[in-house]
Order: sequence, then C-alpha cells, then structure tokens
Amino acid sequence: MSLVREASLVAGKDLRIEARSRVTAEQILPFGLVVLLLFAFALDPDRGVLRDVAPGLFWVTVLLAALLAVSRSFAIEAANGARDGLRLSGLDPAAIFLGKAAAVAVELLALEAVLSVGVIVLFDVALGSIAPIVLGAFLATVGIAATGTLYGVLAASSGARETLVPVLLLPVVSPVLLAATRAWEAAIDDVPSESWPWIGLLAIFAVLYTSIGTLAFGSLLEEA
Amino acid sequence: MTLLKPAVARALGWATLTSLVVLSLFGLWGAPADDVQSDAQRLMYLHVPAAWIAYLAFAVTALASGLWLWPRTRSIVWDRVAGASAELGVLFTGITLLMGSLWGRPVWGVWWAWDARLVTTAVLFFLYLGYLALRRVPGNPEARARRCAIAALIAFVDVPIVHFSVTWWRTLHQEATVFDPELKANIHGVMAFTLWFGVLAFTLLYVYLLDRRYRLECLQEGLEDRELERAIEERVRGSQPKDPVDVAPGR
Repeated sequence: MSLVREASLVAGKDLRIEARSRVTAEQILPFGLVVLLLFAFALDPDRGVLRDVAPGLFWVTVLLAALLAVSRSFAIEAANGARDGLRLSGLDPAAIFLGKAAAVAVELLALEAVLSVGVIVLFDVALGSIAPIVLGAFLATVGIAATGTLYGVLAASSGARETLVPVLLLPVVSPVLLAATRAWEAAIDDVPSESWPWIGLLAIFAVLYTSIGTLAFGSLLEEA
Repeated sequence: MTLLKPAVARALGWATLTSLVVLSLFGLWGAPADDVQSDAQRLMYLHVPAAWIAYLAFAVTALASGLWLWPRTRSIVWDRVAGASAELGVLFTGITLLMGSLWGRPVWGVWWAWDARLVTTAVLFFLYLGYLALRRVPGNPEARARRCAIAALIAFVDVPIVHFSVTWWRTLHQEATVFDPELKANIHGVMAFTLWFGVLAFTLLYVYLLDRRYRLECLQEGLEDRELERAIEERVRGSQPKDPVDVAPGR
C-alpha cells in the first residue's frame, strides 16, 4: 500500500509541475501535431495512402514525443539539485520509478487522445473496434513509459541525456511500435480477433520492463 | 592484465590465422559450387559463422554483465569482457548484414528483404550500438560498469521479444520466407565440413580478438590513470591552486 502511495506522490509531483509549466501541452503536443502534418506532406494525402498507414504514423509520432517526455521528466530533476532531494527523500526507489513512469504514461495518454483526433480528422480514419484500440494504446504507453524512464535515469546518470536516450530507447521499443501498429490496424479494419495476440505481446512487454525498472532503478538513481 | 597467458594468446593467434587460411582455401576451391546459386553461395562460409559469433558475443556480454551485477562475482574483469564482447558482437553483426546483403543481391535480386531474421539482426545491431555509445560516456568506473551492465541486460531481454514480434509480423503477412528448411536439408559433405570449419575458425578468431580487446582496454585505463596522475603532479608542482576545489573532478 505504501508503495502505491509513495508512487502516487512522485507522479503527483511530476504532473503538478507539468500542469504549471505546461511544457507537455505547449511544446510536446504541438510537436506531435506538426509531425502528423509533415507526414501528410511527405506522403500523398489524396490517394488514401495516409489512411492505410495511419496507425504506423501515429505510433511513430508517439515514440518521438515520448523521447521528449522522457527527456523532460529527467530535466526537471536536474534543475536545482532536485535529484538529490529525491534521493534523500527516503522514498522507495521502486516507488520513484513507478511514479515517474506513471507521470510519463499519463502525459503520453493525454497526448495520444489529442493525436488520435488529429489522425481521425487529418488522415480520414474511421475507428472500427474501440476496445482493442484503447487497451492496446494503454499497454503500449505503459511499456514505452517504463522503458523510457529506465533509460532516462540511465542516461541522466551518465550526464549525456539528450543524445543518448533516442539511440538506446528506440531499438528497445521497436517491438512496441510493431505490436501497437498491428493491433490498431486490425482494430480499425474491425477484425479485433487479429489484434488480441499483439495486445498480449504489449502486455508482456509492459509487465517485463516495469518489473526490470522496479528492480534496477534504485542502483541507477544512486549514481545519477 | 590479460585473459590469456601471452604464450597461449600467441599460439591462438597463429591457430586462428592458419584456420582462416584453410577456410579460405576450402571455401573458394575445396567446396563445390552450389547447383542453383553457383559461386554466390560460397559467401555462406563467412556469413553463417559471422552470425554465429555475433550471437555468441552478445550472449557473453549478457553473461559477463550478470556476473558483474552479482555481488559475489563482481570484478572489473567482467565489465571489460562485457564491453569487449559487445564491440565484437556489433562488428560481426555488421559483417553478417553486409555479407547477407552481398549474397542477397545475386540470389534474391535485392540488397535487402524484410525477412524476419534480417530485421531481427538489424534491430540487434542498433540495440548494441546504443550500448556501445553508453559505454563510451566517461565517468566513475564503478558507476559506468553498473549502468552498462544493466543496459546490457535490458537489451538482452529485448532480443527474444524483437525476434518473436518480427517473426510473427512477417509470417502473418507474407508467404514462406527464403529460408526454407527443406532447401538446406541436402548439403554436400565438403560443404558441410567447410561450414563447420568456418564456425570453428571464427570462434577462434572471436576468442583471440576478445583477448586483444581486453588487453587494449586495460592499457587504455592505465594510460588514463597515468595521465591524470601526471596532470595532478604538474599542477601541484607548478603554481599552487588558490582554491582547492579547482582540482576536484567536475561532475
């Protein structure tokens, strides 16, 4: 119980900072929308190409935005020695990990909600089955947030945050991109039975990396 | 300071060289040309052993990282082995991809195909390229070893997931791949021998290079320590720093 409470304290802190600084809303979200617009420029908007590849474009955009969100999540700890405060707070490192990952996940879910409206409007996508879309998005986001937080602290501890996170994170989350895209494609085509195996894979990924992060975060934060 | 005794390393070096020469002779002339692919198939004698070494190297990196993290076996040796092996793994993965591409062009007509194994290998290449980038970030050796060991294990856990998802993806949406097991069933005796000999030769090469790379790492660490000592000595002997905080390592 106390783990959940401590985690929600950390998540609340991060989300409060986001609510006040509005970096997610004013910088990361517009970035995501611009990327959607750029995809329309790069591909052909007239021949239905965009509609066919919309799930893939959506998840690539989410991954790019996730890089910024993770960077941001550790930038706020770098200022004013906040990380030392976090370390000395006596909170369980596992709870700090879960809290920070949860905050990133909440930000990404909010972002995804807006981006999916953008995809529906700009790319002319009609949603088929809603349940696999929502569940797939949730599990994929948990997986991305957990891996991102893990690599975020890894990069923060090495002092080379901005450039190191993408090269570490993107190959590792490539199965998430693949599974989330396939799950969404099947759901949009209204054949949910094809999307459930991919959602299972997303669940395994999310559980696996949340567990690794819970175990490893303490010793990485120590060095950060 | 070295993994192997110098005499053993030297003998291994000669054995590696000899076996590579023998492999070349068998690969180019000893083994018969393939019925369908003719000479292009000879790339197999390098491609398959290189792929084998790449996987071996990444497994060694994961094992060494695990041994470093395990408190009872923690030793700088494992950190160096993990780094050296990952470097060789990336090198051999790159060679595998390059040779596969050269082989694919005459046989399949394309440089690259979105086959499950190719995609997995490419992701593997980038996974460990990231790991090497992390290794190059300087810092306190203990902290660096810890974060690299954890990163190596994160990457290693990802390998089966990548493989599984990619295989699933390509088999759901594509007909049987070019890697048909039935095609490989009939393999000429000399061809099989050459292939197995190639695996042996490349394994020797791997162990030899691992030892060399390990030794190089030790020398580099020694050099850094000595340069630091010399710099401090010069600083102390020259003008005394006004503020002692000056000589403290920056964070």
